Amino acid sequence: MIDQMDLSLVNWARAQFALTAMYHWLFVPLTLGMSFLCAFFETIYVKTGNEEWKNLTKFWMKLFGINFAIGVATGIILEFEFGTNWANYSWMVGDIFGAPLAIEGIVAFFLEATFFAVMFFGWNRVSKGFHLLSTWMVAIGSNLSALWILVANGWMQFPTGMAFNPDTARFEMKSFFDVVFSPYAISKFSHATTSGFAVSSFFVIAVSCYFLAKRRHVLMAKRSIAVASVFGLIASLMVAFTGDEAAYVDAHHQPMKLAAMEGLWDGTTKAPVVAFGIINGMKQPGDFQDPFVVEFKVPGLLSLLANRDPGSYVPGINDLVYGNKKMGIMGANEMLEKGKMAVKYLAEYKEAKKAGDMQRASMALQKFNQVKEYLGYGHLEKPEDAVPPVSITFYAFHIMVIVGSLMILVFVLFLISTIKNTLEKNTWLYPIGVALFFLSFIAGQAGWVVAEVGRQPWAIQGLLPVAVARTDIAASNVKLTFFMFLVTFTLLLIAEVKIMLKQIQIGPKEVA
Amino acid sequence: MIGSLDQSILQQLWWILASIVGSLFLFLTFVQGGQTLIWQLGKNETEKSLIINSIGRKWELTFTTLVLFGGALFAAFPKFYATSFGGAYWVWISILFTFIVQAVSFEYRKKPDNLFGSTIYEAFLFINGAIGILLIGAAVGTFFTGSNFVLNEYNLVKWTNPLRGLEAAQNIFNISLGLFLVFNARVLGALYLLNNIDFTGMEEFRNRTKNAVFHNFIAELVFLLIVVGGLLTMSGFHVDPATGQVMKVPFKYLKNLVSMPHVLLILLAGLGLVIYAVYVTYLKDRDNGIWFAGIGTVLVGLAVFFTAGFNNTPFYPSKVDLQSSLTIYNASSSHYTLTAMTYVALIIPVVLAYIAYVWYQMDSKKLSQEEIESAEAENY
Ligand code: HDD
Ligand code: HEM
Ligand code: HEM
Repeated sequence: MIDQMDLSLVNWARAQFALTAMYHWLFVPLTLGMSFLCAFFETIYVKTGNEEWKNLTKFWMKLFGINFAIGVATGIILEFEFGTNWANYSWMVGDIFGAPLAIEGIVAFFLEATFFAVMFFGWNRVSKGFHLLSTWMVAIGSNLSALWILVANGWMQFPTGMAFNPDTARFEMKSFFDVVFSPYAISKFSHATTSGFAVSSFFVIAVSCYFLAKRRHVLMAKRSIAVASVFGLIASLMVAFTGDEAAYVDAHHQPMKLAAMEGLWDGTTKAPVVAFGIINGMKQPGDFQDPFVVEFKVPGLLSLLANRDPGSYVPGINDLVYGNKKMGIMGANEMLEKGKMAVKYLAEYKEAKKAGDMQRASMALQKFNQVKEYLGYGHLEKPEDAVPPVSITFYAFHIMVIVGSLMILVFVLFLISTIKNTLEKNTWLYPIGVALFFLSFIAGQAGWVVAEVGRQPWAIQGLLPVAVARTDIAASNVKLTFFMFLVTFTLLLIAEVKIMLKQIQIGPKEVA
Repeated sequence: MIGSLDQSILQQLWWILASIVGSLFLFLTFVQGGQTLIWQLGKNETEKSLIINSIGRKWELTFTTLVLFGGALFAAFPKFYATSFGGAYWVWISILFTFIVQAVSFEYRKKPDNLFGSTIYEAFLFINGAIGILLIGAAVGTFFTGSNFVLNEYNLVKWTNPLRGLEAAQNIFNISLGLFLVFNARVLGALYLLNNIDFTGMEEFRNRTKNAVFHNFIAELVFLLIVVGGLLTMSGFHVDPATGQVMKVPFKYLKNLVSMPHVLLILLAGLGLVIYAVYVTYLKDRDNGIWFAGIGTVLVGLAVFFTAGFNNTPFYPSKVDLQSSLTIYNASSSHYTLTAMTYVALIIPVVLAYIAYVWYQMDSKKLSQEEIESAEAENY
């Protein structure tokens, strides 16, 4: 199907997608959460009629707007990058994947774009109630856009509701609802949005801590922290809960990813979670090296996470590569053989059809249908290619989980200090609040690394390897645009951070 | 219900829907047109600020319409999305870059500590308005002049020109279409400003804006003539409905207009409305020309897309391998997907309704100097 694999092209294309996606995700979590926080603040203002809450709302909105602009700038690139970088992908799965992107535009982006203008410029142009409604619409719109893009991404992790059409050589949608309500779509949406809420709550807390430390805008800072710590605590509990759900879904649909997340090479019952560990980077599938240099395990926990049963069996990387007859696991090696046959029969079918030999075509199609679900594996060179980069996945996952636990703790601390009104006294809390903001950012990025690096080599799990998904283009083009993006986004990021810091320094307007 | 419609009906429906979104985008490029007028019309900070705040409140809408245009093409005509974006790589990347820098410029231009200074952000806006629209026009031009790609038996694209799409800008017709759109955007931009800004006490500024409508319209006419002349005389791509074979035939687009008189009518009505808008603005001193020119632009856009896609015409033809050309019938999604998307599209009227309502709420009072200079103001 593919003339030659140009590895450097694929790697530049991946690097470019990762770069732009990670830049986008610098801004999106703040959009997701700040939009709701602004809506909370404004609701309090409208309920109390207190001008101080209005100024507070306007202050956070200003920061929201600065962040929003660059979020949009990075988003448009992603939308079109599926075409520019992954043209084969766009054709082969566009029938399914295009729909959520278009729906996102129709139902979500227009809500944001339309009501955004009211939220910023409508204070004196529309009624108080309509303004409040607009702020809520922006929050709902931005989170709806997360929903649809995560439906799309969830489908890549767990392709469902579709079938391969040998005549067009693409996958076609068979059930819209299977795509929308796939377990991945649900777990991803709830996990990614709530993690955005938590990150945003820490943003509000971090900025407020700065004011408390400077003894400026103290009342406003305390009020902001009160709202943010409640929102953040609820969100962070949800993050842990939905994160557990995400791991459970992985166990059932992407067992290789789960094995990489925990560095589990050989399957076992009572599988452990490695609470802390240093990976042996030299380890290869099938060898007998120790997987870890140092490790502290909690036995049974991974089995519990994966199957809700501490005694259950969890397959390891080696089982998934070479198969495990006893446990009834088909390995990548066997799938690869079947996949090669599928590729061959498909070519035969095409050839016979072109020559008008309908009988041979229908025979080839019959044989193809028996092995078609392995078509994707037919593009791999060797079974070991089915293994993602283990150490990146492992460390990223552990960073995320550790930060996730810390987050809950710190939100509790801020909430207690708020209730006891000791925020001004507890100056030791301020650096912790600021640190958690940065850590939660890192956790979010790490989460995406788990999700995306952990599913390599697949663009669409089990169906379409990244190397096939790419555009037919000389690597030098993609390399050039990679650096263009890198320079542009980095400069814009610096501009954004400088503007943001300046606005924070200026601070909110105080009622005289 | 929708599911029982013929695939070809759905394909035509989605070409119409995509054309509507694309044409609405062309109307909304008054934002881009306005961006190219900032330096020319704004002689001091107040005037510049009025221009930027006037069009700035609409930039997201234009941007989102472009995103939706891309998304709708992806969902309904994925083969076009894959072929064009992956193939004509550099055109699209260049267009995208102009939109990246646009997206931050309104928000960052006036903020203290913004790294580049306001002139650079204004330059970004200018680049987006001029180069971005020019390239979009050139890309649309290839719907008629053809591109350099081959699809293999798995429908995967190979581009045969190393410029990867930028070669479209070497063609007079494509460039003229691009420049036509640029000057049309500038006419729309000036008309929008006339309608949206309260010029009390700024008669000179108003006259400057009014003159801009006229001068840009003259420039627009020049390129319009080249485009229309080219379109009516060029030989174009035709697909034989019986065999599916694509061939080049003389006067193809002229024939399309003759055999689809309603499209010709739409085109003439559109052009007439734009001319009328300039007439009432420049000679009758009215300030609602934007609505005539806006509707006119949408109609012209529809006529262009319909001529490109209907009447057995491949809308994305390949010059180097005629049989690789894309038609709305061979490039579309499956029947199932088009059906599902059509159900979703039923909410488009709701979206249009709230956009119209918010637009009315926000623009019912003109933007005045006092408003942007008041202490309470939230400005770009
Ligand atoms: C502040 C950010 C943050 C925090 C503290 C956590 N996560 Fe997370 N995680 C994300 C932010 C995130 C994310 C960025 O939102 C991801 C990336 C993909 C996705 O859907 O969500 C994600 C993905 C992700 C995945 C991969 C899903 C997939 O395969 O696609 C798993 C298994 C977990 N998370 C599990 C957890 C667990 C058990 C946590 C413990 C508390 C946790 N996460 C905390
Ligand atoms: C905004 C948050 C996201 C981040 C931070 C992110 C991160 C990454 C990373 C790190 C990679 C590179 C993996 C590797 O090459 O080893 C990648 C690849 C990719 N991601 Fe994401 N991703 C995000 C969202 C998404 C979404 C929502 C989708 C789809 C709807 C998506 C689709 C892809 C594709 C197509 C690739 C390239 C193919 C591949 O390498 O698998 N990403 N992403
Ligand atoms: C976890 C993954 C993602 C989430 C949660 C997400 C969410 C959002 C949100 C909330 C916005 C609003 C603007 C802002 O960011 O400040 C936005 C903008 C945008 N996103 Fe993403 N996005 C994700 C990944 C992607 C991907 C993979 C694409 C590409 C298909 C994409 C395309 C866009 C576009 C085109 C915009 C600008 C549209 C506009 O508002 O006019 N996003 N995204």
